[in-house]
Amino acid sequence: MAMKFEKTGEGTYLLDVCGYVCPHPQIYCKKSLEKMNEGDVVEMVLDNPSSVETIAQMCDQVGHELLERKTEGGKIYLKIKKA
Amino acid sequence: MEEKRNKIWAFIITGVLILISALYYQTNVFYMYLVAYIWFGFAYGMMLQYGRFCFASASRDLFAAGVPRMAVGILVALMFFSLIQATLASTNMSTFHPAPFGIHTLIAGLVFGVGMVLSGGCASGSLYKIGEGNMTSFLAAFFGLCIGQAIFVDVKWFDFMIPQKWVETAAAKGIPADKMTSSFDNYLAGYVWDQPTVRMSDLPAIKEALPGASKYFIGDALITALIPAVILLIVIYFFYIRKGFLKKRAKQKGGAATSFSDDVAGIWNMITASKRTTLMGVLIGIVAGLHIFVMKGMQNRFAVDNFGRLLTKMGFTADVSTSGKVFDPGYWYITSQEGQFGAWILEKFGWDMHDNIFFGVNNGLPEPWRNPALWMSFGIIFGAMVMARLNNEYKFKLPKGELIVWGLLGGLLMGWGSRPALGCNIGAFFIRVAGGDPSGWLYGTGMVGGAFIGVKFFNWWSERKMAKEMESF
Repeated sequence: MAMKFEKTGEGTYLLDVCGYVCPHPQIYCKKSLEKMNEGDVVEMVLDNPSSVETIAQMCDQVGHELLERKTEGGKIYLKIKKA
Repeated sequence: MEEKRNKIWAFIITGVLILISALYYQTNVFYMYLVAYIWFGFAYGMMLQYGRFCFASASRDLFAAGVPRMAVGILVALMFFSLIQATLASTNMSTFHPAPFGIHTLIAGLVFGVGMVLSGGCASGSLYKIGEGNMTSFLAAFFGLCIGQAIFVDVKWFDFMIPQKWVETAAAKGIPADKMTSSFDNYLAGYVWDQPTVRMSDLPAIKEALPGASKYFIGDALITALIPAVILLIVIYFFYIRKGFLKKRAKQKGGAATSFSDDVAGIWNMITASKRTTLMGVLIGIVAGLHIFVMKGMQNRFAVDNFGRLLTKMGFTADVSTSGKVFDPGYWYITSQEGQFGAWILEKFGWDMHDNIFFGVNNGLPEPWRNPALWMSFGIIFGAMVMARLNNEYKFKLPKGELIVWGLLGGLLMGWGSRPALGCNIGAFFIRVAGGDPSGWLYGTGMVGGAFIGVKFFNWWSERKMAKEMESF
């Protein structure tokens, strides 16, 4: 099992932390956003529901925009735009 | 289709528990004592899962992501629970008892705090996450909190840490030699039992100044729980929320936001930011109080002080300890019963687990189906499973790679960190603080310190992995 952080285009990234449990998804999310530039977008895939609450609140506090949040087949997809 | 399947599973699990409860009732009315534990466990599990309520998350997410959601939820739960505890104490309906106070509580909390961050959940959090299908939490709970804890109290491996004075003091207690064979026995009888217990409402100064029921509300609830909780909420707000909130508020107002009312609005915003967590904090506080009320009512109804007496009446004398008791806290508790389960399993492999104070003299080793507190833990798992199924959040996940290591290591540290203080995040922190026992704050301080160390480690670990991933761009 390995996490994936890939650059998928100009200013767009993919963070896949499926299989990981707390606190890894939220730590990787925070660290990914720290590595990105303002306005960049990361698409995050995870399957740990507990982490989503924390990530959503972290975005709200810092000002990152949660563009999309959906659940499909036990996986949670988040799209976050860095402030 | 998946939704329908999840709903069917939720009904099956609930139905089976109802059936089990009915069978217990039909077997002997004394088992209603045990059935009460099942359903309070079930309620805790549902609330923990819905509110994502995990004590590990409280300090961990604060340090790792600057998010106070869970810390706020726990403090809210603590405030409500303390008021209910005071009400119960004032009506002589409380089962609460304070624990020995000493530096051991802080050290145990520290070890437990590191463990809960590594494993990804505290003692109660691990159980609700098992209910979500998270098998990393199963590793932590089974091998660490069950097996690891049972081994910890039964081995001599830690004799090098036990001063001769403790050995001599323990020997003078007159406990039969065949029940005092481990390092933990000497620690318990030679050190812990001689430490003072502190409960605010029992202090002479408080008793004198506050006659009647007021000593419970002011001494136990206000001084021990409410004031420290409010101070912590304010500290969290100032360090983690204030700057960002006031900036946003100034933007909304189109001018400076520096008044007292802006700060009050900021604190309220922090408390209500995650409604499901805060709401569950309130509910957990109330239900935990109701649990104490019901268990005390059961004890009064059956005229016993412990379920072990009922087991003896039913003829199950092998289940109880030499004191005639089994582990029966009378309130929300997690780790001791898991240690009993681990010990029960180890006995099946030929390990004698009755030759120590913890099981042999204090807590007994009932068969799992006659273990009231263990049923509470199973109830938590099944309650969380039902809630996760109803919300389509159940997913069976086997641990892989590094998670196996973190789960096992974290679980062992939690198991070992829960014994020296005679409890975990629930029994040694939450219940004690709300009951007016300041040793709970010592354990809580240790837990936060341990969580800080755990987060530092994971930050270093994840930074290393991120750097590897970013080599290509």
